[in-house]
Formats: sequence, structure tokens, C-alpha cells
Amino acid sequence: MIELENVAYNYGGGELLSDLSLKLSAGSFHFLTGPSGSGKTTFMKLCYGALLPTSGSVKVFDEDLRKLDRDQMAMLRRRVGVVHQDCRFLDHLPVADNIALPMTVSGRDPAQESENLNELLSWVGLSDRADALPPELSGGERQRAALARAVIMSPDVILADEPTGNVDWEMSQRLLQLLIELNKMGKTVMIASHDLALIRAAKSQVQARVLRISNRRLQLAGADL
Amino acid sequence: MSKGTIRNFLLGDPQADRVVPPSGFTAQLTLFVSGAMAFLAVFALALSLASGRLADRWAEELARSATLRINAPADQRAAQTAAALQILRQTPGVAHARALTEEEQAALLLPWFGADLPLEDLPVPQLIEVIQDDPSYDAAGLRLRLSGEVPGAVLDDHTRWRQPLVKAANSLRRLGLVSILLIAGATAAMITLAAHAALAANRQVIEVLRLVGARDRYIAQAFVRRFTLRALIGATVGMALGVLGIFLLPEASDEGGFLTGLGFQGAGWLWPVLIPILGASVSFLATWIAARRTLGELS
Repeated sequence: MIELENVAYNYGGGELLSDLSLKLSAGSFHFLTGPSGSGKTTFMKLCYGALLPTSGSVKVFDEDLRKLDRDQMAMLRRRVGVVHQDCRFLDHLPVADNIALPMTVSGRDPAQESENLNELLSWVGLSDRADALPPELSGGERQRAALARAVIMSPDVILADEPTGNVDWEMSQRLLQLLIELNKMGKTVMIASHDLALIRAAKSQVQARVLRISNRRLQLAGADL
Repeated sequence: MSKGTIRNFLLGDPQADRVVPPSGFTAQLTLFVSGAMAFLAVFALALSLASGRLADRWAEELARSATLRINAPADQRAAQTAAALQILRQTPGVAHARALTEEEQAALLLPWFGADLPLEDLPVPQLIEVIQDDPSYDAAGLRLRLSGEVPGAVLDDHTRWRQPLVKAANSLRRLGLVSILLIAGATAAMITLAAHAALAANRQVIEVLRLVGARDRYIAQAFVRRFTLRALIGATVGMALGVLGIFLLPEASDEGGFLTGLGFQGAGWLWPVLIPILGASVSFLATWIAARRTLGELS
């Protein structure tokens, strides 16, 4: 699904990530952890083409991201669901329209797929918040809306960057359950998180590999995780 | 730009239109600029069309007529006039020739000397109006014959003062057209600036759209459609006000001359309809180019 080979990324004159290699196979579940500023978000961005590596190659669905033009990159992003740390909504659109945004931009009419949309809203527990504007949502609601938007196109891969960063433990468990459900449906899931308690809780429910970024490199996390 | 893009643009996509947030001052700026420019364009168009009509009329009417002036002593004037008329009747290319009456000559001098002019006491030359046929007479040949048989005759075919007048009217027509082009250029520049401002202000919206898989064409189209529709509305209002202003101008009259003939005539009233279409087209192109460039810079 996603393959990184000897990837390095320089930022601000220094090397932020160095010699990263990783293969995310179909249906796998990965956690990416590391201290703040270690490059987790950068790594996630490299995986969906928001950033291109300084050296090395990133392939998504066997496509080398460096060789894609902007239109091809847009098409690829429709197959990768991304939950951003800060959710990133269009604040002037209601929650339902924000969730349906990937469908809208790909030319599908959300009105004709309202059943799917309602089902998705119900799945993330936002049926009664469909008409609210994003600034009116709580942190947990925003994260669930972001997750719903990430999966509305039925992507094969879901990348979630600190999806539980701004929510309480109960809500982070609920979000984790949603991501585990997706994985059980055959989706490849990768979550970047510094929340070790969450990772431990997940490992008891799903077979997950835990990767750690340390000293600019990617390592398999130790037995403590 | 593909046919599909144009079709999508014309048909519109309500969902796509909503992804760009309504923007404040750029919307008002686009409406105002396109309205003001359309208003000015109506006047430039009216000026251009009126100058064109004037140039055509002067060129046509003056080219068809000439004046023969008989400068002879009073006792020979009648004989020379009769001789000149005889020559003119025999000249191929002259459709009609007649000597002006004393009343007509007095009327011509009226603006300069007043109504009480004792014409009979003044050495006023006799004027003969010559209307040419098609094809016209040979002016050089006619002058040669007149100089031999009617020594006091001077043929004025109006070329000397007709040409600068027609040239001036044609220059005014060109100025009007250049003004329309300049107005279109200024509109394009202003709308480009407004589009750049709107795109820059919506940078985060663009990032979100890209992250969820929007192509640049889709994003550009959302902005272009919005700006084009605003320009169309603004230009339509400006055009309507401009046409109303022209309509309220005094009607064309001989006394008013060029100034009162500045309106549209007949089917000419339909010309201003093209102004909103031109404004929308200019806006479409300006915004499309600005959007593609800005999106390229944001990648």
C-alpha cells in the first residue's frame, strides 16, 4: 500500500528524518510514536504526498509520488483517508457538507448518497450535529467528523495524525474503536500518537506494529509497547 | 481549457460553488469595478459609434458635392454664371448644377453678418452647387476648361477641408475603440488583483480542498465562476445605467451638431448588450489565469 525507501527529509537547513524505510501492507495496523517534534507529522505528510522527500522514494499504491503531477496527486489522495491533527474543516460549511467534501470535489453528488452519509454520521455519533458549523463542535466531535470525512470515499488506507490529541480518555477510546473497526473491515490504518496508554490499549485489541521515530530514524518500538 | 470545463462552468455546480466561502471586499470590488467600467464603456461605445456615423456622413455628403465660385465684376457675373452652368451641364460626371439664389447666399452669410446684410451692395461672388454623378467628373479637366472659358470661376470640391474633418471623426472613432480596450484592460487588471486577494485569503480553504483530493481545475473553477458571475452582474447594472444616461441625452438636432448626436441609433441600441458579455469574458480569463498561477505557486 505505502512503501518508503531510504527516505530523508530536510527542514530548515537540517535533516529532520533520515534513512527511513517502511512497507505498510494491506490490512495492517501501525502506530507511529515519538516525542513531540520528532517528525511524526512530517512522516505522515510524506506518506500522502503533502511533502516530498529530500531523497529516497515514497510509493503509494505502487505510484512514485515524485513522478505524479498535481492532478494525479489529487486522484491518489481520494484513495487515502487522512485525519489531521487540527482536523482542518471549511468553517463556513455545515458538518455534513464537510464530511461529504471528498465526494463533492470528486464530482459525486452527496444528495444522491445521503443514505451513506447519514449512516456515516450515525457511525461516528454525529447525526444530531450534521447541521452544526465546525467551530460549534467540541474537540471530540471535530475528531470524529474528521474521521468520517477521511473514510467517506472508502479509502484503502487511513492515516490519522494525533487523532486523540485534543480529547479526553473516554473519547480517545471511542475514536480508537472506530479505527479498529475500520481495520477489521480490511483497511490499512496508521496512527501517529504520543499517547502510549492509547497504544497499549489498542495492542490488547488488535495486532498492531508500533514504530518509533528516534534520532531522525524509524525503529520498531520495544517490548514495553 | 477543455470543453468539459467550459460546460461545467456554464452549467454550474451548486456544491462546488459553496466550497469557496463568500468573501467581502473582493466581491464588492469586482461588482463596483465591472459596473463602473461598463458604465464608461457605454459612453466610449456611443462616442465611437457617433464619430463613425459623422465620419461616414461627412465623407459621403461632402464627397458628392462641390461649389463653383464665380468671382467676376457685377456686369459680367450673370454671363459667366450662365457659361459655367452650360459647361457643367456638358461635363460627364456632373449630375446636377444650379446657381444659388440671393436668398440662399444671404442665408449662408447670416451667421457672420446678420439678417440686415445688403447683399446687393457687396461684391459677393455667385455660388453654383455642383452635385456629382457616379462615376464623378474629372476635376482637373473641369478646372482647365473653366479657366479658359470662365476666368472668374473657382472650383472647390471640398477636399481641402473635408479630409481633415473625416480624419478627425475617424480618429475619434478609433479613440472610442481604444478607450473600450483600455477599459477592458483596466477591468482585467482590477479583477486579477481582486482574484489574487481572494485566493490568498482562502489559502487554507485551498489546502483543505487539495487534501481531500480536489484537482486544481475544480478549485480554480469555483473561484472563476464566482468572479465571472459578479462581473456579469456588475457590468449589466453599469451598462443599464450607462444606456439610461445616453437615453436621457438631448435628441440629435442640427443646432446641437455633434454633441446632441452622441446617442445610439436604431439597432445600435443593441451594441451595449455586448458590454456585460465582454466584461464577464474578461473577468473569466483574468480570474482563470490568476487562479492557475496562484495554485501553481501554492503547490
